[in-house]
Amino acid sequence: MAPTRREFLKIAGVSAVGLVLPPLATLTGAQAGMPAAGGVSQTAPGPLPALRAKRWAMAVDAGKCPPGCRDCITACHLAHNVPDFGNAKDDVHWIGLERVDHVFPAEIHSRLPESFKRLSVPVLCNHCENPPCVRVCPTQATFQRADGIVMMDYHRCIGCRFCMAACPYGSRSMNYRDPRPFIPKINADFPTRTRGVVEKCNFCEEGLARGILPACVTICKEKALVFGDLEDPGSDVRRLLDGRFSIRRRPDLGTGPQVYYLL
Amino acid sequence: MKLYDGGKIIAGIVVFLIVASVPFWYGRGKAVSPPDLKLDTPAIERLKEKLCVEPAPYMRANHMKLLSAWRESVVREGNRSYKATDGKVYKISLTGTCLECHSNKDKFCDRCHDYAGAKPACWNCHIIPEEVR
Repeated sequence: MAPTRREFLKIAGVSAVGLVLPPLATLTGAQAGMPAAGGVSQTAPGPLPALRAKRWAMAVDAGKCPPGCRDCITACHLAHNVPDFGNAKDDVHWIGLERVDHVFPAEIHSRLPESFKRLSVPVLCNHCENPPCVRVCPTQATFQRADGIVMMDYHRCIGCRFCMAACPYGSRSMNYRDPRPFIPKINADFPTRTRGVVEKCNFCEEGLARGILPACVTICKEKALVFGDLEDPGSDVRRLLDGRFSIRRRPDLGTGPQVYYLL
Repeated sequence: MKLYDGGKIIAGIVVFLIVASVPFWYGRGKAVSPPDLKLDTPAIERLKEKLCVEPAPYMRANHMKLLSAWRESVVREGNRSYKATDGKVYKISLTGTCLECHSNKDKFCDRCHDYAGAKPACWNCHIIPEEVR
């Protein structure tokens, strides 16, 4: 039997109420649950409020890098107790310098000036959107945070090095030996690693929690490294990327790197 | 039933039992005294109420579980503050919060861990501030 006009209106009214209610319920639920889940700002553990973003990213204005400058590497490695074993085989790095023709092999052709090919650009973990290292990690020691940072939980790392095989950018290093004796100057505010764990750049996650930008960004006198929230149209990194042509390392692999290079 | 070489076998069993039980005889009557834990660091002396983040009996029994929860909280959830049951908020940091008061790790942490035969791997990576300074 077809419903009468009165019945139809009743059903339509109830359905309309039903459509409006669920989003409201989830909204209030999310607000109530947020401090616990996100761990946001009950009291920031530092003088400055923690920096938060939807999507952290970095832009590297490689043309500004003065030849031979290693300030970002020094600052990062001092801040994070990165050991210097003094040989290439055991090398551990969070950020490094690499020649353009090695960083962008697909973009290089024989007509490019040699000076350009030999240009050194800073390379670090790309904090990929679709990180292969996270996918292969058998213990979930490497994981992706909601703000895009690909983090390592060194407590869980078993040193299998699957992540090193999976990372197409060589951003990860293994501690084949106890790194403690090889750290030039220990920074007491950050732990070291131990023998048998892999380590990599963490976008200075510990600094962001204290309201400080990454060490490599703050130390750079030329402002060649720009860091910010990609989802915020007013952020430095967005303004730079909106205005100029930028490329990423091996985008064809589908990892979605979040370090952008302006050459 | 005939036991061949019975004398040798029984003598062997007796010798084995004596050797195997030597540690028990040797240590008989000697009790290892419980560790003498020092709580006299400058930071603790300065406290008005000498309280840990949670009550001492809870900490004694469960500090490892608390530290494990702290670790998960900071590393995996990015939450760096801990609300104690009495409502006080603490910064979650092994080196910064725990060792700030218990700056005498060798007379506090180590003494009890040695006594209990516990070998935590914390210090393979985490830094003992007094060693660096």
